[in-house]
Amino acid sequence: MAKPSRMKPPMGHDNGWWWQQAADGKLAIQRCASCQTLRHPPRPMCSECRSMDWDFIESCGRGTVTSYTVLHHPQFPGYDYPLIIVLVDLEEGTRLTAQLQDCDSEDVEFGMAVESYIHQDADGFKIPMFRPATEGADNAN
Amino acid sequence: MPISLKNEAAIAGIGSTEFSKNSGVSELSLACQAINHCLNDAGLAPSEVDGLVTYTLDSTDEIEVARAMGMGDLTLFAKINYGGGAAVGLIQQAAMAVATGAAKNVVVWRAMNGRSGKRMGQGVSGDILSSDIIHWSWYMAYGMLTPVSWVAMIANAYMHKYGVTVEHLAEVAMAQRDFALNNPAAAGYGKPLTLDGYMNARMVCEPLRLYDCCQETDGGCALLITSTERARDLKQKPAVIRGVTQASSRGQEQMTSFYRDDLQSLPEMELAARRVYKMSGLGPQDIDATCLYDAFTPEVIMQLESFSFCGRGEAKDFVADGNLRRDGQLPNNTHGGLLSEAYIHGVNNIAEGARLIRGSSCNQPEGVEHVLISSGVGVPTGALILGRD
Repeated sequence: MAKPSRMKPPMGHDNGWWWQQAADGKLAIQRCASCQTLRHPPRPMCSECRSMDWDFIESCGRGTVTSYTVLHHPQFPGYDYPLIIVLVDLEEGTRLTAQLQDCDSEDVEFGMAVESYIHQDADGFKIPMFRPATEGADNAN
Repeated sequence: MPISLKNEAAIAGIGSTEFSKNSGVSELSLACQAINHCLNDAGLAPSEVDGLVTYTLDSTDEIEVARAMGMGDLTLFAKINYGGGAAVGLIQQAAMAVATGAAKNVVVWRAMNGRSGKRMGQGVSGDILSSDIIHWSWYMAYGMLTPVSWVAMIANAYMHKYGVTVEHLAEVAMAQRDFALNNPAAAGYGKPLTLDGYMNARMVCEPLRLYDCCQETDGGCALLITSTERARDLKQKPAVIRGVTQASSRGQEQMTSFYRDDLQSLPEMELAARRVYKMSGLGPQDIDATCLYDAFTPEVIMQLESFSFCGRGEAKDFVADGNLRRDGQLPNNTHGGLLSEAYIHGVNNIAEGARLIRGSSCNQPEGVEHVLISSGVGVPTGALILGRD
């Protein structure tokens, strides 16, 4: 039997497009087409100007860890534990919740520089994740 | 002229079932038992009840309770959303109904097979597509499925900023466990908790260990709210509602308000604090005991700041000084709370608040005039101040 896969995010009008961008290899950030305000998680209306018109930009993927937790229990099928979840402040100014890979759970820390990539599961599902920023990356901000 | 809810209504009856890990009965049965105890406590017949309020998460509908218990005409029935955030929202619904005449005698309850049935800690699923499920979708795919994982994210940021240590968390857990040692109804009865025991328990979601997390309980708890005047004619000393409010703030999510600039405070709880203090005309210096919602230990510490018992970042020292214990400045959850009595989604904390006003807590401090009680933390929430008649 194949290894169990992660729980798939339920997708509707307001979020399905973001996952489609991830499937196409992009970390998207929703943008108000009227006042240009970026927002995440995506919503149907701009909370600043109430415009319902929006597009999106592709994030540069660079950011810093503003909080994190390491999940040990309970353990769900489809995930590897300990499981590091980070809150990342992206350079563009929005914040994203995602998994941190390629990092020992004892090495994750507040303020650490991370970069995003699109992870692909064995069943083909694609999902944005982070890993520690590589040496020499531009994290001047 | 708007109606102030101050002193309009009172908690006049308290009832609970046994708290267990496997009730062996339906949640409707638990609800009926709890409400029956509550009405007997107050000395009121079921036929006198005309309002029923519970949680959206409760599986028992109002009319099922009414039929089972032989209630007659109902003029108020409502369910309040957001898990434990509903707790004092039930009291607000009931108090509004009583103050306006929408109903005279309102029973609020929560009954759950929270251990043998649907366990909150087992996480969310995506069965029905709703705005709420789209919200959860941002966490589900990453395996962030449980209340403790969401709370850990905020707690870690708060602890990092203010230098809160696991010993501070442990003190919250141990102080409440010590109270439970005097409460035969509590899950923690007969089970003392030491710092070693706390530290050696399993890590759940860093930085939170097993004893930072509340119980999972089968049980029910019910309260009767009626006018302060009618309450005086019933069997028990009224616990008068001095102030009550619900509260949700900008950027509010259910458990995952991760996108606000400041992760180290609870703006919705600060709103609740401003509202109940203003309505009651009281301030933090007037509060003699609290039942702060305690699904997880760091929530208690953060709320001490939300309700201005301490300045920002100072709650850890307040806790370390033993102030949440019986002889401290602010005995908190004297029944053991959700951590060490039972997890009845906060209704059992409101019941303890009413007992503290009656003077009948199993750990009754001297001279309690006012008790502050809060609803769930990190969700749309609320606060309640009870006082003596």
